[in-house]
Amino acid sequence: MSDWQPSAPLVNLKERATLLAKLRTFFSERGVLEVETPLLSQATVPDPGIEVFSVPAVGSETGLRYLQTSPEFAMKRLLAAGAGDIYQISKAFRQGEAGRYHNPEFTLLEWYRVGWDHTALMREVAELLGTVLEIRGWQVWPYRALFTELLDIDPLTYGNGSAVPESWLPVARSRLGDVPRDLDRDAFLDLLMSHCIEPDIEEWGIVFVTDFPPSQAALARKMQVASHAVAARFECYVQGRELANGYWEQSDPQLLAEQLKADNARRKRRQLAERPIDERLLAAHHHGLPDCAGVALGIDRLLALKLGADSLQEVMSFAWPVA
Amino acid sequence: MPNFSTNEFKPGLKVMLDSEPCSILENEFVKPGKGQAFNRVKLRNLKSGRVWERTFKSGDTLEGADVMDVDLEYSYTDGEFWHFMDPSTFEQYGADREAVGEAEKWLKEQERYEITLYNGSPLAVTPPNFIELEITETDPGLKGDTAQGGSKPATLSTGAVVRVPLFITEGEVIRVDTRTGEYVSRASKG
Repeated sequence: MSDWQPSAPLVNLKERATLLAKLRTFFSERGVLEVETPLLSQATVPDPGIEVFSVPAVGSETGLRYLQTSPEFAMKRLLAAGAGDIYQISKAFRQGEAGRYHNPEFTLLEWYRVGWDHTALMREVAELLGTVLEIRGWQVWPYRALFTELLDIDPLTYGNGSAVPESWLPVARSRLGDVPRDLDRDAFLDLLMSHCIEPDIEEWGIVFVTDFPPSQAALARKMQVASHAVAARFECYVQGRELANGYWEQSDPQLLAEQLKADNARRKRRQLAERPIDERLLAAHHHGLPDCAGVALGIDRLLALKLGADSLQEVMSFAWPVA
Repeated sequence: MPNFSTNEFKPGLKVMLDSEPCSILENEFVKPGKGQAFNRVKLRNLKSGRVWERTFKSGDTLEGADVMDVDLEYSYTDGEFWHFMDPSTFEQYGADREAVGEAEKWLKEQERYEITLYNGSPLAVTPPNFIELEITETDPGLKGDTAQGGSKPATLSTGAVVRVPLFITEGEVIRVDTRTGEYVSRASKG
């Protein structure tokens, strides 16, 4: 058996330690508190794009616990309890996400700023990336402007319900040849984003994409921009690679419950099992989530970018195939 | 044949795509953090040799292709088919011109070749990386034309023409790399 050895060269693991220390310094200098929350929880996210690992567990009503896909729900309960600005560096787990830039077990940096909106948080993400990657400058692109500029498609036009507008198909075919059938509208936008836009913005440095279609709000609040409803959400791309996802958090318990239900409805449409709604999260929101913005950033990808590594394996002690 | 899901796509897996047997070359997982997962897959069409690139929704499936590679001995050609034999069962397989393709110029009797069988019939013939063949025709090469880099063309018993060093003479057996069509050395004796 020759695959007992680490996936990453040891020098990269030293770089990982240096990066983690640098991140902790960054937050401690800014008065953001480091917290830890459970990896195994009784509830999980209904996000249709995320598959969770479940573990048989004694002491749970359902006999199951879920490995967290991000520490979001637990950290929001801390925020509702009055923890103030907090950050966490933890493992997160997503079933089936294995590839060059994915590992089903990965390290996530997640932080929340009380009283901030997503635009203020974008600035802090840019400062953090500037410190770590030594890249100066960053740009912000509304989702709609980016699609119009690069693909000549208006992602906020709507056809019939969740159907894909006819006019989008030729654009995708001209870039990709055959496209998978039976994609709904959002899945089709994801296809264009990951296969057409990401490669096109590789040379653009740090790019924040904001004002997502409301159907992709996840747990961000919705707002009006120039008479269009959009989600107060951003994705940060560096060299065309998705690195961080942030929200101006939805704090209204009613609207949050609706968004979680909508996610479950989308799961059902895609023939995925629905998830029980996290009642403790909703209760925390009823108690009151302070106005805040939060972001999750993939540490393994950040390190890969910093070191110019061609895959996450090169920056992980033992990547998925040999873990 | 069983179906394979995108997460089982590994290089070398044989699947049916657009009713054509294909071999998977690469499978890249692509997914926005909050969105639909895709697999960007490169496949070689085993009939045409062309490389296709396709995007699948993660979890989509393709039917496996009844394709397998076997080692067979080359026997003879009747002009239309090239006949190969399984040395243990003596079973015969006839490969047509399309299946034999470029391998034709490296076919030597009693030599073993890798034959790709699709639904039981030969789809492709792959010669061994190195093969030893006799030179049937070459100039004596005494003048030593250095402008040609010290080599000359030689015709081999299979009809293939390769460049050989000037000191090689007719009737000698040489070792050739079938992937590049280049001379490697004189054949080892015995």
